Amino acid sequence: MDDTGVVIAFWALSLMTIGSALGVVAARNIIHAVVFLVASFLGLAGLYVTLSADFIAVAQMLIYVGAISILLLFAIVLTPRGSRDNAEGFLRLPALALGILVAAALIFAALDTEWAIADREGFDETASLIGDALLDKYALPFEIASVLLLVAVVGSIVLVRPEPIEEDE
Amino acid sequence: MSVDLEHYLIVSALLFSIGMYVTLAKQSFIGVLIGIEMMFNAVNLTFISFARFVESGDPLAGHVFVIFTITVSAAGAATALALAVLLYRVKGTIEMERMDLLKW
Repeated sequence: MDDTGVVIAFWALSLMTIGSALGVVAARNIIHAVVFLVASFLGLAGLYVTLSADFIAVAQMLIYVGAISILLLFAIVLTPRGSRDNAEGFLRLPALALGILVAAALIFAALDTEWAIADREGFDETASLIGDALLDKYALPFEIASVLLLVAVVGSIVLVRPEPIEEDE
Repeated sequence: MSVDLEHYLIVSALLFSIGMYVTLAKQSFIGVLIGIEMMFNAVNLTFISFARFVESGDPLAGHVFVIFTITVSAAGAATALALAVLLYRVKGTIEMERMDLLKW
């Protein structure tokens, strides 16, 4: 990965991802925080493209940038105005210390480990390979994931149903 | 100047710790969910960069695993947001510091 374009793209997209993530921390209004989160997800989709993961990049755009951010906005408008404050609670300083320590530990582990770097090019395209793998080698997890999604949908509907339906005996 | 595995791992580590800070520190239930989604994304980035760079018999396994984590995080987000709406209905607030139903 020595192309100048890839290097520039990596630094720009990383800056966008991390900068927007810091924006989520700094934003005072939670709707602004969600907008920063969307920018962070978009940067990550770009990073996936630089890693030659085209299918995952598109899935990231559709699911995170599209669906989950809309879901978060729906939850914000369905809850009270008072909770649109994005302030930190009493755990602010311990969380800050823990975050810095975890970042330091992960970065140390990443730099200190001798990774078995493979000498290969990126994938040409991954969508058909992933499709084959999902329906062949990973067929059982794939089916279980569909059951999980069904359970999540039914569970969400049951949870927020306005009035419990009376059973007539 | 080149981009290696370590660069991606550092980006992922920073994103994960920012997500963890948001999860622990934010007062609003929605803020906590935002942090959890950021941590999911950091882990996904790690999977994809290992799938791209590290020696493996099945380099595509990382991509397939990311699809499953995306599925699980979507299911989790949907259920958690339903819980947020329900909590607002029951307690009239979604501030984390008022979540004390299990406290005695």
